[in-house]
Amino acid sequence: MGLTPAETALKQAPDSALRPAQPAGRSVVSQVSPNWLTTRLDFLVNWARSNSLWPMPFGTACCAIEFMATAAGRFDLSRFGMERMAFSPRQADVLICAGRLPFKLAPIIRRIYDQMPQPKWVISMGACASSGGIFDNYAMVQGIDTVVPVDVYVPGCPPRPEGLLYGILLLQKKVRGETLADRSIREEHPVAPGSLRIPARLIDELSEPFGNSIHQTRSA
Amino acid sequence: MNPSVEALRREFGDAIGVAFTSCGQSIVYVDRHRVRDALGWLKVTPGQSYDYLVDVTAVEYRDPERPIEVVYIVRSLARRAELRVKAELAKDEPLEIDSVVSLWRGADWLEREVYDMFGITFRDHPDLRRILMWETYAEGYPLRKDFPLRGRFSRAEQVRQAMSASTEAQYSLEELSIYEAYHDLPMDMRERLARGARGAIPDPPVPDDE
Repeated sequence: MGLTPAETALKQAPDSALRPAQPAGRSVVSQVSPNWLTTRLDFLVNWARSNSLWPMPFGTACCAIEFMATAAGRFDLSRFGMERMAFSPRQADVLICAGRLPFKLAPIIRRIYDQMPQPKWVISMGACASSGGIFDNYAMVQGIDTVVPVDVYVPGCPPRPEGLLYGILLLQKKVRGETLADRSIREEHPVAPGSLRIPARLIDELSEPFGNSIHQTRSA
Repeated sequence: MNPSVEALRREFGDAIGVAFTSCGQSIVYVDRHRVRDALGWLKVTPGQSYDYLVDVTAVEYRDPERPIEVVYIVRSLARRAELRVKAELAKDEPLEIDSVVSLWRGADWLEREVYDMFGITFRDHPDLRRILMWETYAEGYPLRKDFPLRGRFSRAEQVRQAMSASTEAQYSLEELSIYEAYHDLPMDMRERLARGARGAIPDPPVPDDE
């Protein structure tokens, strides 16, 4: 099948750059086949974790309005165990980036992500957080996955509360599939100042104009 | 036409250029070197009393020959009158104009925004720094017509530069309201502020007892 250049680059990119969970990082434990005890323990831990995800709202735009609606009475995020909004990264499990991320906020969301204790997950809510959306301009990060790793992307401009709920349910599904045997899932991959989370050519490739974004050269 | 335009012409003569009305608002062009005098006169003269500065902004037209315009919108709260004053800055000369912060304190951030977006220098501005983009932003002035919409650097370079910006460097000591309290700050915080990437940091005030 024909792959776009970006997809080819994704396939060829070193695993360490894209996905924290790489085979090289697996410990001895993961080489032992999961036994009855560890799978039962996984089930218990994942059941607890997936049903008490505490969100850290990082609302920067109109998506945050939909996020508020999701949290309020009609849609009621609390039904899924997100009873408590954590407005401090230290007590949060899920970073929900609701809205576009300007370059000026990029180091701040990275710091917030780094401050969150493991286990932690990230939901990229809306077109702008996921890809830059309509803001294909000088000021906007083209997808927060160039700055922090993302677990679930929720499409929409902005997504309706149902959309966000579906994304959260997908995240819960993902959490239930994790295993304690794979320690690489919980490894921290800090980014040193002046370096990048994923290779530079990947960022360039993923940030190319697409869809109805404007086609402009980068230099005047 | 706003009668203030004729009054300006009587007072400043040749320094006042063309004037016309657009959408019910009078627009008057003033010589770039006299614009602060004219605005000061409009502010204090009885019968004019344009005491409120609504906005300071700038316009660059697509025609590369046309000068950049700095636009001042002033309003007289008592008389309920509004006037738009424009000054033209030719592109082959340095983009400089007098600051009106001495007239309206509120012009401080407005002029900083114009400086940030257009690269127009305001003489005698107390604290002319970028306000929207971060201090170390090196790609130029985003609202200029020769600025490409996606910026000058590659996306990867933009992310790299953004990520190496210090999150503390966005604020001046004054904005943090700790300028006066500098000597009471813990040593590590003082060092962190002094290390900030925002270029020139004013010397802390000397305490009275020294």
